[in-house]
Amino acid sequence: MKGLLIISGLGILAMLAEIFKFKKLLLPLVLLGIVAAFALNFIEWETIGSIPYFDNMISFDRPALAFSGIILATSFFWFILANDYFEEDSNLVDHFALVLFALVGALMLTAFKNMTTLFLGVEIMSIPLYVLAASKKKDMRSNEAGFKYLIMGSFASGFLLFGIALIYGATGSFDLLAIRQFVADNAGNLPSFFYVGVVLMLVAMCFKVSAAPFHFWAPDVYEGSPTLITALMSTVVKTAAFAAFIRLFMIGFGGVNEVWTGTLSVVIALSLVVANFSAAMQNSVKRMLAYSSISHAGFMLMVILANVRSNISLNAIIYYSLAYSVGSIAAFGVLYNVTRKGNENFEAFNGLSKRNPGLALCMTIAMLSLAGIPVTAGFFAKYFVFTTMIGTSYKWLLILAILTSAVGAYYYLKVVIAMYFGKSDSSEAIKIEKSNTFVIVVTTVFTVVIGLVPGFIAEMFKF
Amino acid sequence: MLAVLLIGVPLLAALLVFLVKGNASRNLALGFSIIELAVALTAYIQFKHNPDSALLTASFPWVKALGINFSVGLNGLALLMILLTTFLLPLIILSSFKNSYNNAHNFYGLILLMQMALVGVFMANDGFLFYVFWELALIPIYFICLVWGGDDRGRITFKFFVYTLFGSLFMLIGLIYLYNHTAVEGLKSWAVQDLYAAGRSLSETQQSAVFWLIFIAFAIKMPIFPFHTWQPDTYVNAPTQGTMLLSGIMLKMGTFGAIKWLLPIVPLGLEKWGNTAMILSVIGIVYASIIALSQKDFKRLIAYSSIAHVGLISAGIFSLNQQGLQGAIMQMLAHGINVVGLFFIADILLRHTGTREMEKLGGIRSMNGNFAVLFLIVLLGSVALPLTNGFVGEFLLINGVYQYNAWYAALAGLTVILGAVYMLRAYQKIMLGERRDSNITFGSIATSDKITLLIVCAVILVFGVYPKPLNDIAEEAVKGILVNLK
Repeated sequence: MKGLLIISGLGILAMLAEIFKFKKLLLPLVLLGIVAAFALNFIEWETIGSIPYFDNMISFDRPALAFSGIILATSFFWFILANDYFEEDSNLVDHFALVLFALVGALMLTAFKNMTTLFLGVEIMSIPLYVLAASKKKDMRSNEAGFKYLIMGSFASGFLLFGIALIYGATGSFDLLAIRQFVADNAGNLPSFFYVGVVLMLVAMCFKVSAAPFHFWAPDVYEGSPTLITALMSTVVKTAAFAAFIRLFMIGFGGVNEVWTGTLSVVIALSLVVANFSAAMQNSVKRMLAYSSISHAGFMLMVILANVRSNISLNAIIYYSLAYSVGSIAAFGVLYNVTRKGNENFEAFNGLSKRNPGLALCMTIAMLSLAGIPVTAGFFAKYFVFTTMIGTSYKWLLILAILTSAVGAYYYLKVVIAMYFGKSDSSEAIKIEKSNTFVIVVTTVFTVVIGLVPGFIAEMFKF
Repeated sequence: MLAVLLIGVPLLAALLVFLVKGNASRNLALGFSIIELAVALTAYIQFKHNPDSALLTASFPWVKALGINFSVGLNGLALLMILLTTFLLPLIILSSFKNSYNNAHNFYGLILLMQMALVGVFMANDGFLFYVFWELALIPIYFICLVWGGDDRGRITFKFFVYTLFGSLFMLIGLIYLYNHTAVEGLKSWAVQDLYAAGRSLSETQQSAVFWLIFIAFAIKMPIFPFHTWQPDTYVNAPTQGTMLLSGIMLKMGTFGAIKWLLPIVPLGLEKWGNTAMILSVIGIVYASIIALSQKDFKRLIAYSSIAHVGLISAGIFSLNQQGLQGAIMQMLAHGINVVGLFFIADILLRHTGTREMEKLGGIRSMNGNFAVLFLIVLLGSVALPLTNGFVGEFLLINGVYQYNAWYAALAGLTVILGAVYMLRAYQKIMLGERRDSNITFGSIATSDKITLLIVCAVILVFGVYPKPLNDIAEEAVKGILVNLK
């Protein structure tokens, strides 16, 4: 909770920076703030029992702290990466503030105990992102991305609100635990509009995590937005959305599995198939990463589907979010530097191994991690997902996941092939800022380290 | 201790070699591979002295929460495979001395990393560790083929990678399924003995499913018909050392895996589907041999002959008797040496004459008689002439397959005949007769090449005449395996 307050304070502070003229100090202050928030998170971990705030609307229990930790760590690296992006910005302060407020929303989503906080979190996270997606004002595609995100996102929020209203009508409460209690007490006797509400909320949440067939906004929005905002969207936003998803469906709607598991299994199957095959056909690396994030969303949803009533599910999603976020930051970091001149296709990566061998190596490791090759974090992440799925009745999904993983290797390797095999026209090394190099190297090393000793994370998150 | 050293030495060597530039990297790599061979020989001596020695195993917990242990051990079969690997590596590195590669230090570093992964595969006593090493072995060879391979290597290497990954993922599912069914006092375990027990406790349908899941990975790796389509292109397009690693050692990962990780785990599945596997193997033998007959490129011919030989090894494995399995092990060793020798000769031919097309060559014997003799010895080893190492394996294999089914043995025996045909015809076209292209002068072969070839020929002849040391270990190993199968 204290972390949340600090980030909110930082957001307001950022807005004040324009008036009180300490723009140069802003980035170090923000980084300090995030570290402080992370440290406070850590301290709260040790105190047994979570304190509910705001009349039990928000409660930072251990899963919430775990997800918050991942989000804060990712945003720490993101801010370092975004250092030079913000430099050329005339609306620097506004953008900083927007990102921080989006972060607030994300943190709320990890810790909600009440439907209203869920909705608040979703909106607080999404609205700044609508603006940020359109932040390159002179770029047509950025404007298009922002517009599409706004329209479709608001539509999805409408679904969410309608679902919440119906559930309130059926159960008489917004509180997650009260809803669960109601379902348990009246099992088999629930009014039919309760089920409608559940499905509507499922649709809305699937939209937010960009699962097919609610994914159509993702490729365009991811491609049109500035690369760093895309990095933010595909890591922090996804992690927060999944934290919300798992909280909602495993705590709140755990008792009515039959209603949403069938739909979810079809959603997952579509996500895996559509995303992987579309990604394989892309020419633009950014768009390929967008489709790949849809495929990863499918994987994470499988864990929720398996709904194992122990901590394996939670562990799996936390590990997967961590592995995916870290790998994505590395990949987007490299992408940002390589595509500065505007060419976002695979050709931009041609011959990178000769121009910047270190960068090529980091990108290779990031791609291997996203593809799920051993000794990287992504491999254990996929392994956890497979483990949760094996005992269930969704074996066909498991086979589908494997087949699409193999397809996945194709488009991730395309980047690697371009780097090591493609011929580039220029042979000068790309100039990268020290801060970017730091982030890329650290995240790559982290990917390999948690791939070698995943037990470290698994032990840490003993709930 | 020795087990850990066997993995640690190539890893350390690779890291060092990556940092050293130029020719020094080559010599460093060669030095370390010889050190690794020394460690392997020490392990061999220790094994003969005391097979249950504690020096030969090691086990540390790796991911406690998931029951995964870093558990490695050397039994007879593993020891033989490791001897093969550690013996071939110095030869492979030595064979590259006359090739000049860009960024050679990366090349040698990757070769050493590959050795580490291969050694890990052979020694792993923990199912998950086995899978990790299995996948790990794929990455260095992928880069070796991608960066230093021939034309069109992007597409071909990529097909190889995805095809193999596909099989490995199925194997992962099979292994996870088995893991779920282990129940050692309420805790699940990845240890190989527990996986054996778990597999045996499954019903016939479940065992059949697990059989196919795991078999696919090995069938793609060996390769067995009809999963072989990636192999000829990959072998031809890879740099020579890459091809040697692929055919000499990596392919043995598949056959080794079948013996250790497939046969003892699903006995009921084997009863039902072993015959199918046998049929596929035998089809592969005949099919590949016939295709080899029509090849014009020498390297491609060797690739197809490799498929034929592996088909025979696989048939021996699925014959499930003493001779078949023992023959499979002996032939794995022999084939490793012979095929490396053959690919090396193809490389020498390419370097000296500029072509691998057999039609364009000819009369080389008159230009270099010593080379002709060495080539002939390697070739006869591949054809399995008595007194060469190939004969020991093939004899036992056909014997084993005959005990399973005489007709299969007759078809399998075709490989010997057809093998002789295409190999001797190739030799005739390349070495004998008139020079077909007068621009080709052969000259003398370099010292490093000579040493490599001499060692290979020596091994072929020595182990052809006196295979006993290896045969004894193989026999004991097979007895142990057959006990598991009852």
